[in-house]
Amino acid sequence: MSALETAVTAAAPAIAPGVVPETIASTGQDQFSGPDVHGHFGQYGGVFVGETLMAAVEELDQVYRKLSKEPSFWQAFDYDMKHYVGRPSPLYYAERISKKFGGAKIVLKREDLNHTGAHKINNTIGQALLAKYMGKPRIIAETGAGQHGVASATIAARLGLECHVYMGADDVQRQSANVYRMKLMGANVIPVISGSRTLKDALNEALRDWATNVDDTYYIIGTVAGPHPYPMLVRDFQAIIGREARAQSLQEYGRLPDALVACVGGGSNAIGLFHPFLRDSEVAIYGVEAGGDGIETGRHAAPLSAGKPGVLHGNRTYVMSDANGQIIETHSVSAGLDYPGVGPEHAWLKDIGRANYVSVTDTEALDAFRMLSRMEGIIPALETAHGLAYAFKLAATMRPDQFIVVNLSGRGDKDLNTVAKIDGISV
Amino acid sequence: MSRLTACINAVKAANRKVLIPYLVAGDPDADTTVALMHQLVSDGADVIELGMPFSDPSSDGAIIQLGAERALRQGTSLHTVFAIVSAFRRTDRHTPIVLMGYLNPLEAIGYANFVTQAADAGADGILIVDLPVSEAQSLLALTRPRDLDMIFLVAPTTTESRLSAICENSSGYIYYVSLKGVTGAAIIDTGEIRERVSALRHRTQLPIVVGFGIKDTHSADAMAEISDGVIVGSALVQKIGELTENGKRDAAAIAESTALIKDIRQSLNA
Repeated sequence: MSALETAVTAAAPAIAPGVVPETIASTGQDQFSGPDVHGHFGQYGGVFVGETLMAAVEELDQVYRKLSKEPSFWQAFDYDMKHYVGRPSPLYYAERISKKFGGAKIVLKREDLNHTGAHKINNTIGQALLAKYMGKPRIIAETGAGQHGVASATIAARLGLECHVYMGADDVQRQSANVYRMKLMGANVIPVISGSRTLKDALNEALRDWATNVDDTYYIIGTVAGPHPYPMLVRDFQAIIGREARAQSLQEYGRLPDALVACVGGGSNAIGLFHPFLRDSEVAIYGVEAGGDGIETGRHAAPLSAGKPGVLHGNRTYVMSDANGQIIETHSVSAGLDYPGVGPEHAWLKDIGRANYVSVTDTEALDAFRMLSRMEGIIPALETAHGLAYAFKLAATMRPDQFIVVNLSGRGDKDLNTVAKIDGISV
Repeated sequence: MSRLTACINAVKAANRKVLIPYLVAGDPDADTTVALMHQLVSDGADVIELGMPFSDPSSDGAIIQLGAERALRQGTSLHTVFAIVSAFRRTDRHTPIVLMGYLNPLEAIGYANFVTQAADAGADGILIVDLPVSEAQSLLALTRPRDLDMIFLVAPTTTESRLSAICENSSGYIYYVSLKGVTGAAIIDTGEIRERVSALRHRTQLPIVVGFGIKDTHSADAMAEISDGVIVGSALVQKIGELTENGKRDAAAIAESTALIKDIRQSLNA
């Protein structure tokens, strides 16, 4: 047995590995106080939408505040999490790759094993319950890489709701498999040709649709952005990730992790993992943004690393805009991180110093993508690969008796074409 | 009394309807925008809404988004907008100008800086589409001392409790949004708008003008009949877009692109 293996064994918990806790009961109770009643996290968040949508946003806030106090709502949510999504997702110790870096153990929270292959389904199930309760027969969603679109189409099919998904025209081309998935499940995919034809423009179009069809339409926002109450309720649904990870860490390792790492685009998988640990001050938290060609080149999608506070898509947060306040085009190899804003709670966590926000480049993410595939037999989403790339660097600086939980937020099947193209292969 | 309030009072006293065209600053270019504004006044505009172009105008339809994109391609910034207002004011000290846009450009240069420059340039009102009253207090604290009117929208979906807050914080006029949707969509139900506007009358003494979906003399007449006036945006921006398409900037082309406003003025006066 090597020194590292000895250390690993020594740190292993008394409870037999592989025993996973039952789904941790959801309560919707946040463990860090925000947001306030107006949806503010410090100076961030809030409600910045056109007047036509204000009533809908306020209604959603009232409905969610009422329902989130009812145990039956969370029981229905937890039932679907267990029986439809397949939760709890396991914590997996990536032993070979941990040993390669010789530092802290790298432990993966396997959200890629969820039904539809990513964490996005946690949120769409929660919001679809709200849509159903509010009697809205029509749901709309925006999507970048297609994961949130697929998760929305999935739950719409299951609940018999009409579903329309807005997707940048370029992303429709790049992510044709996900487009077909959505169509198979009966969703209408609408290519967006306005503006820069990417995720931000899909969001603009979804907001326009919502304003036009506000009476019968529920807008399922896919991340912890948008006007209040979206950043709060999406977080509450995704926080099941962190609650499970926290309990699993205690059960399987006998203590809390030394660090958490997750990729941040809008930031829903990250806040889901981070939130239940926010009061655990001994747990270091790292959000990893898309550095694209490198922060110094300006071609990236890292508003927390290189943006400044502004207002976009209904909330005040860090945004990527020029000196005149125009939103600038982002760049990332990962369509799901290719967004110029970020959830307001992340903006606040950055300012108060509770979480650290860093970035990795396209190249580093692609290296991590390949490394995890080869060494662990897990093909991660390119979004997720950003978190992995940073976790590898971080682990190397830590001791073998420490461990890092990385949110393996999604599987990489959707990215095969993108990576193959980079490799000059057609599949 | 602000220039905007004085102007609308005078229009109402003359038993006329207020006509407010909207155009995007910098579309097709800054100098032509100034010429278009003068042309609009001679066509019978009472007030001008000058759009501050934004990259992500999520409350606007495709026509105004394209107008904003044309303006941004010309390098239009808030400084350009202020320069356009100043240039217009050199020869027109009478026609009120309302700056209409989205919040992020104001966040970028700072509210105080924005208010100072807008007032110094000669603007009269500010309408920020994605800034509801509940988030507007810090901007209102800056606009009031400078006599800049803050205009807010009332939509078909606006609730009673919101209506009170909007009426309390508005000055200049109330912008009633005719439809659920974005700019440039089609008006469906005139009867419902009539009811909503008359209900609004009981809440405020401010003039009520109707916008969204007014694209010809017919829709302008119908909306003016039940309100104090109308705002015409997309239909005008569509015509101004032709200046870019055909590359013309001469006086005849400019007059041609605003002819709709002249027609609407005549129809409203008839």
